[in-house]
Amino acid sequence: MSAALKLVDLTVSYDRHPAVHHVSAEIPAAEITAIVGPNGAGKSTLLKAMLGLVRRVEGSIECSARRIAYLPQQAEIDRSFPISVLDTVLLGRWSRFGAFGKAAKADVHDAQHAIDSVGLSGFERRPIDTLSVGQFQRVLFARLLLQDADLVLLDEPFAAIDSKTVSDLMGVIHRWRREQRTVVAVLHDLDQVRREFPNSLLLARELVDSGPTGRVLSAENLLRARAMAEAWDERAGACEVPLRQTA
Amino acid sequence: MYDFLFAPFADFGFMKRALVACLCLSLGGSSIGVFLILRRMSLMGDALAHALLPGAALGFLLGGLSLPAMSLGGFLAGISTALVSGAIARFTSMREDASFAAAYLTALALGVLIVSLRGSAVDLMNILFGAILAVDSQALLLVAGTTTLTLVGLAAIYRPLVVECFNPGFLAAMGVRGALYHYLFLGLAVLNMVAAFQALGTLMALGLMLLPAVAASFWAREVWSMTAIAAPLALLSGAIGLLVSFHAGLPSGPLIVLVASLFFLGSLLFGTRASVRARLSHPVHLRG
Repeated sequence: MSAALKLVDLTVSYDRHPAVHHVSAEIPAAEITAIVGPNGAGKSTLLKAMLGLVRRVEGSIECSARRIAYLPQQAEIDRSFPISVLDTVLLGRWSRFGAFGKAAKADVHDAQHAIDSVGLSGFERRPIDTLSVGQFQRVLFARLLLQDADLVLLDEPFAAIDSKTVSDLMGVIHRWRREQRTVVAVLHDLDQVRREFPNSLLLARELVDSGPTGRVLSAENLLRARAMAEAWDERAGACEVPLRQTA
Repeated sequence: MYDFLFAPFADFGFMKRALVACLCLSLGGSSIGVFLILRRMSLMGDALAHALLPGAALGFLLGGLSLPAMSLGGFLAGISTALVSGAIARFTSMREDASFAAAYLTALALGVLIVSLRGSAVDLMNILFGAILAVDSQALLLVAGTTTLTLVGLAAIYRPLVVECFNPGFLAAMGVRGALYHYLFLGLAVLNMVAAFQALGTLMALGLMLLPAVAASFWAREVWSMTAIAAPLALLSGAIGLLVSFHAGLPSGPLIVLVASLFFLGSLLFGTRASVRARLSHPVHLRG
């Protein structure tokens, strides 16, 4: 099985405190992988590092993906902004028309199709500030659909979302898998991960385990993860683990 | 009627020029104002306008009451304030609004000090509060040129600017440098403040940009329609303010801004969305 992403001894720190600490792991290609761990375990930071959005990165990330799509946590989006559903979804084609080009008829047609397939037909002209959290998440999934990426990174896609919406959006994720795309999702619902995600990566600033979900989410691993996350030391000294040389 | 509404503009050159200046400032400034609001930068914009003062004052110190010197100085001061506070916010954990406040307070104090080195209290009043009736053809050219540049510039960076306001992480994930557009926009904003400052002074330069834009946000819910409403409101404020100031013999700058405030107040009370009226009325709810 080839890897879509290869993390080699990755450390990301804020104010010198590592949020992700010496993590080495592989994310399998054309598979769906869940990233699991307690709050503050560095899950979102890991996603941002994969995207190249954080600065202080030691170690390396090898990425074979041609195009990456990213679903941020909703708090990072100004949901009161005056923009319509259709315009938001169309942004998924940014790589096609960029900052100055015109959206082609085909792009609008595809956007329409994406909106239909997340179950929001008829919402095209609605401003996004009239949507519920679940509906807005469907809009963002439609935008991801339009991005046609081979690697899709989802940061807590199902936080505060009802079960009907979750199962609809899970359908979209399984569709991506059938289309041979790699999906990485940060999740909190362990039952859902066990049910739907064959691969997992358990993180508690350091890597607890990664691989088949059944093995990774063992009771013993989860206990370890919780213990590691709580051991935050305000007066920690410099980390002595030498950085491995990467070729 | 004619005597009241049109004669002042027809008979007096300075009123004509002031009206044209208002027209230009309304067209370019109000769209800048709309984006300032959408970026939640209204107060930072205000701080930026105050920060023009030391530059304008330095220009004044070196060139006297000359428009090019004061405008150039003001522009440089505004841009460097924006860049420095942006840089401080990026490199330290200080929030951008705090660093803007620190920068503009420093600038304002410095500016007042510089003007007082050489000028009289009248000069200081002119710089702080403007003199739209003293707009000459040179100033008019500056204002009109600014408006042209603003409209063309905003049209060019419209899409990335909108996305940068709404979902900054998206541009970053697409590998687009959103900060570039942010700074282009700040540059245009500073340019408009420089253009407005001769007419309205550094303290109220933002009045004609921001108040109509805020008023428009009570009527419209798209970026383009907000702009389409804000520009005529700004123009009306300018014209009415000038007329009242002409007939009542009161200073024009504050009157223009006050008329814009009245539009704001009216919109706040009677606007179609999020207004007091919308809050108090209880229309029959729909079926679905």
